Amino acid sequence: MSEVALDRVSKRFGATQAVSDLSLTIEDGAFVVLLGPTGAGKTTTLRLVAGLERPDAGGIRIAGRDVTRDSPAQRDVAFVFQQYSLYPHLSVFDNLAFPLRSPARPTPEPVIRQKVNDVATLLRIADKLDQRVTKLSGGQMQRVAIGRALVRSPSIYLMDEPLSSLDAKLRAELRIELKRIQRELGATILYVTHDQTEAMTLGSRVGVIENGRLAQVGTPRQVYEDPANVYVAARLGSPQINLAPRSAFPELAAPARATTVGARTEHAEITRANGRRASGRVTWVEHLGDQDHLHVQLGEQDFVTLADPDSGLGPGDDVAIALKDPLFFSATGERVRT
Amino acid sequence: MSDVHAPRPFSEPSPLARRLAAAAVVLYAVIAILPLLWIGATAFKSQADAIAYPPKILFTPTLEGFVDLFTVQTHQSHDFIAKLPPPATWWEKIARDRDMVIAGPSRVVERFLNSLIIGFGSTILATFLGTLAAYGFSRFRVPLADDLMFFILSTRMMPPIAVAVPIYMMYRWLGLYDTRIGMILLYTAVNVSLAVWLLKGFIDEIPREYEEAALVDGYTRLQAFRKVVLPQAVTGIAATAIFCLIFSWNEYAFNLLLTSSEAQTMPPFIPFIIGEGGQNWPAVAAGTTLFLLPIVVFTIALRKHLLRGITFGAVRK
Repeated sequence: MSEVALDRVSKRFGATQAVSDLSLTIEDGAFVVLLGPTGAGKTTTLRLVAGLERPDAGGIRIAGRDVTRDSPAQRDVAFVFQQYSLYPHLSVFDNLAFPLRSPARPTPEPVIRQKVNDVATLLRIADKLDQRVTKLSGGQMQRVAIGRALVRSPSIYLMDEPLSSLDAKLRAELRIELKRIQRELGATILYVTHDQTEAMTLGSRVGVIENGRLAQVGTPRQVYEDPANVYVAARLGSPQINLAPRSAFPELAAPARATTVGARTEHAEITRANGRRASGRVTWVEHLGDQDHLHVQLGEQDFVTLADPDSGLGPGDDVAIALKDPLFFSATGERVRT
Repeated sequence: MSDVHAPRPFSEPSPLARRLAAAAVVLYAVIAILPLLWIGATAFKSQADAIAYPPKILFTPTLEGFVDLFTVQTHQSHDFIAKLPPPATWWEKIARDRDMVIAGPSRVVERFLNSLIIGFGSTILATFLGTLAAYGFSRFRVPLADDLMFFILSTRMMPPIAVAVPIYMMYRWLGLYDTRIGMILLYTAVNVSLAVWLLKGFIDEIPREYEEAALVDGYTRLQAFRKVVLPQAVTGIAATAIFCLIFSWNEYAFNLLLTSSEAQTMPPFIPFIIGEGGQNWPAVAAGTTLFLLPIVVFTIALRKHLLRGITFGAVRK
């Protein structure tokens, strides 16, 4: 395990700038999650670290060594692909043993057997070792794909949305398992996802990526509570942060440059108007099962918060919204701190 | 059947359709196999039985055809044969019963070996080169790739025999005339374009993620090609090899033109087996039977791959 550093890396595919000027350091033993929508450059970043792509500019260092020009095999990284990429002509055992049988790292067969069995037990696929991978279910294939990375002790594990093709229950289960394994092994992981729950729960640090640029890096708490710009604020939190023009809250004290006010559930106190001046009217209460979303018409704006189940609010009720310590953003979307 | 009321899935043919399809297959198989059975039977007939009319379905099998195929014989008078010491072998006896004396072995074994060496040699070479070229076209950014692929295909557009005379003169000049190497190179050149096109289709079907996984797993590109791509391309390679072998095995015109005594294969040789009288059909049939065997064995050995190779891509994803 060792530190991995990307230094002002850029990559272009034809007319598309996939990654631009991206710098990121993944400390030894860290679990860094890159969060962003499809096409933001997350996968390209992983492929650049793996050596499956060469950067147009910038450099990559692993354990202090410049690996920018090295082949994937020379970099000693493990990659979990989004589409599993299990070798269809091999059994589960041979898939797991494949990295250990590479000519680059000669391993005696008894050691291979031992390691494969350990990993299979860890991932609870020990009874599937003799099967062909094409006979497995999606969740089992995903475990084999993760296991194929875990049999090795590389500098860094690169994981490209490894849980994306699983159903919700299995995803939650494997998420916990992955975090546990990372702690046990002390592994360094760079993990890519578009799922904010995964980012928040797995990452020791989260990097929010937008159009190939790293918008912000920090602990999950930092990026959630102290976002650097509108984009980061909008990526995190459910329901999504409410963005309203400054003019929607005339009474609110705000910095001069602030043009947009961002408010999450915890920034808004919603009370019945009860004769006081109403600022909005409840239009809809959305029952999502585990939580209720309250939709309030606020002038032109739809304002959504988590509803307190005891509030007894329903459609048609007039409410007053009071904001406390909301986030402010400038006209360009940058955060304006008070 | 407990589930008689369960509706038949839309995609599944009805039992009647299945039976009709099976009947059609059997009928076609009989039509296709009958000539082969006839050749096999003729190889064991006497010359008289072979040309008998109406044709004889039941006959006394004899090895005359095979003896004639493998030996050179001279016709001798009955008195001369009577004076010879008794025949030492069963094949000498078969010859003498027809007033013939065996003068020596025929050249059929050489011709057959030539067919094997040239046929399999050019097949292996064309498939090998085709696989590498197809992999390159499939995976790397090749300048003018489309034009090159079209050029490769265009070499097959003209009937090869149209360039027979220039090739003849070129082979004379290069010393490749009447050599096995010359024939192997020629058939490889003809087959390699087919091989590249077929195999590129198969290799395109193999997702590159497998190779990328192997690269990250610590393999070089060549090792990844061997360990990951080749095992998955084996069906395509087998199908391609069969097509190549069938072409070079059956090729007649070029071999007739470019060989005389050393590198002649079976196809130009078989017509000469018929003999001066033009009556020795059993010997021709024996030669043809022998000629058919390797293709039959090769195809049966690879049939699993061949079937999967042809349906590849339609089934799996």
